[in-house]
Amino acid sequence: MATVLNFLTRRRGRHGFDLTDWLSWAYLVFGTVLMFGPVLWVVLSSFKTDAALAQYPPTLLPFAAKTVAVEGYDKPLELYRITGGEYQGRHLAEIRRIGLVAQMVDPAEPDKRLKVNIKDRQPEQALAFAVSNYTELFSRFNFARYLWNSVFITVVATVITVLFNSMAAFALAKYKFRGRTAVFLLIIATLMIPPTINLVPIFLVVSKLGMVNSPWGVIWPAVATPTGVFLLRQYMLTIPDDLLDAARMDHASEWRVYWRIVMPLSAPAIAVLTIFSVMWRWNDFLWPLIVLTRSEQFTLQLALNSFQGELQTNWSHLLAMTVLTLLPITFVFAFLQKYITTGIAQSGVK
Amino acid sequence: MAALELEGVVKDYAGVRAIHGIDLKVEDGDFCVFVGPSGCGKSTLLRMIAGLEDITGGELRIDRVRVNEQRASERGLAMVFQTYALYPHMTVWENLAFGLENIRTPKAEIKERVTRAARMLQIEEFLGRRPKQLSGGQRQRVAIGRAVVREPRVFLFDEPLSNLDAELRVAMRREISALHRRLGNTMIYVTHDQVEAMTMADRIVVLKAGRVEQYGTPLHLYNEPANQFVAGFIGSPRMNFIDAVVDGTDAGKVTVRDAAGQAYEVSVDGSGISPGQEVTVGIRPEHLEVGGDKGHPVSVQSIEQLGGQSFLYCETPDGTQLTAHFVGQTSMRRGDKAHATFRRSFMHLFRKSDGKALKRLEIGEAAI
Repeated sequence: MATVLNFLTRRRGRHGFDLTDWLSWAYLVFGTVLMFGPVLWVVLSSFKTDAALAQYPPTLLPFAAKTVAVEGYDKPLELYRITGGEYQGRHLAEIRRIGLVAQMVDPAEPDKRLKVNIKDRQPEQALAFAVSNYTELFSRFNFARYLWNSVFITVVATVITVLFNSMAAFALAKYKFRGRTAVFLLIIATLMIPPTINLVPIFLVVSKLGMVNSPWGVIWPAVATPTGVFLLRQYMLTIPDDLLDAARMDHASEWRVYWRIVMPLSAPAIAVLTIFSVMWRWNDFLWPLIVLTRSEQFTLQLALNSFQGELQTNWSHLLAMTVLTLLPITFVFAFLQKYITTGIAQSGVK
Repeated sequence: MAALELEGVVKDYAGVRAIHGIDLKVEDGDFCVFVGPSGCGKSTLLRMIAGLEDITGGELRIDRVRVNEQRASERGLAMVFQTYALYPHMTVWENLAFGLENIRTPKAEIKERVTRAARMLQIEEFLGRRPKQLSGGQRQRVAIGRAVVREPRVFLFDEPLSNLDAELRVAMRREISALHRRLGNTMIYVTHDQVEAMTMADRIVVLKAGRVEQYGTPLHLYNEPANQFVAGFIGSPRMNFIDAVVDGTDAGKVTVRDAAGQAYEVSVDGSGISPGQEVTVGIRPEHLEVGGDKGHPVSVQSIEQLGGQSFLYCETPDGTQLTAHFVGQTSMRRGDKAHATFRRSFMHLFRKSDGKALKRLEIGEAAI
């Protein structure tokens, strides 16, 4: 704790703030607001009711109108503070609004109806988190299903991606065969083709293989990534050949050399590829949109999209789902990012 | 326990021949050292024996069985690498056990063999550590231990001591020799250091540019080098060479004359040469006597006194450099004029045309 405080209050000026301190603080605060502001706003907005979302001017925190139960009325009524006119200073509940005039009632005297100009009243508001936005995702929508679809596709595709790409990288990095460079260049060259160009041919293949409306239709076309092969190959080139030779002398089969020696030593690169792959698959939208047409196969991203209708958009649920969709990727990144920095292979070779 | 035979073994790299038809027989239990300058193909040859490089042509036999087509893992050999090549993500124990796990050795036997090897190499206390937590010498022991636990037919060492400091190198040299005596396995050891070769080998193979220059016991190579290359490579400091022309051949000796007109008598078989032919005279520094007032005049260029022994670096009037080594200390100084004596029974004679040595008739060293 002390070290964190020490770190945060570190500054250049020996006595008080130096100009550079001001500048760097201003820059960093600006950057933080720029990066986290929108995310924070989404998170806070996801707790707003539809009414609060539609309110103008918008508020940062989720406020909801205070309501009061009045005798003789079935539903709770919204409470207003009267700022002008006859009833100034009183707190009244609104029954209905007719044009510029609101019919109101004093909760203390439920029998009397009062007429108030709508200019003379201010809604009474209180901080309220509309948790129902989240709970309704599970009760009214099939959120668990979408979550499972997304998790299944992400996890399976990532495992297969890492496995296939590392095998390709191992072969390209550690075996000498005719055409090795050509194969590698071919793989890298596919990076230059925009994915949209492949869309139709890949769809035809997927469709012929009967994988439309199946998670495998999303998984298989995505597992061979040139970026992954390139990343892992470059890393594996740094593993000394002597280690592989030593393992071969130790009776290890080529598979064991790959599995017991090369894979553990490539852990940092594999962590990077895992993060990439999880992000790609989790955030993937266009390809699942094409392959998955039945709503029970939808991933979270597709479900989010379906909230946005042609005529109306269900903002409160959309925002709540957006937040839930952001969470796993945030955790994966927070957990794995330390491997990128700390996992540099320790050297047993001098 | 195995004998190793190479017959016409050849290696090509992209059409370029690196190893030119090597014939060699390593007896069971021999400690055989491959020595040569860098790039001579000694490591390549070792890797071919190990099975890590393909054999382009010829035949490699272990215990009279052709193994050209067998993979490294099937040949039953163990190798110690120059870089140690310890698996960095495994503990010392796991490093030692990895090879045994691969051949599905029972757990109890793995434990027993690893413990035994660790005790023998005094690395028991490091078994739980990772290689990066060990010093160079300790890593070296682990690398040797990894070979020992496998109980291989043949041990292969690829310049295992070149990453160690001088003191540790001498200590490990003796340990490896002791290990060989204790285990009695056939061992093949590659080095570029002729001192290692001389001190450890039962037999030395001197290689140059992918060819065997000479194969024999250390003293045989020292006393009767087959050619000028071996003569210069074996022995430290290296043998002195003086260019000369044959003056005459008699029974039991050849007389030659250098550029300055000095005459030398060498007791070699002169049947292969004739007067007027260009030759090179060779004499080892420890056989060159400097001092007195007889012999060939030289001037002292510099002196190294180590207390127990001294080196004199001299020059003849025609500019040929000569090194003399003798036991004890000297009162000579830089710039002194002196005389060098060449005794014919200590001298070697090489044909200039192909570097081949002429057969020595008297061998001074053997008499000492």
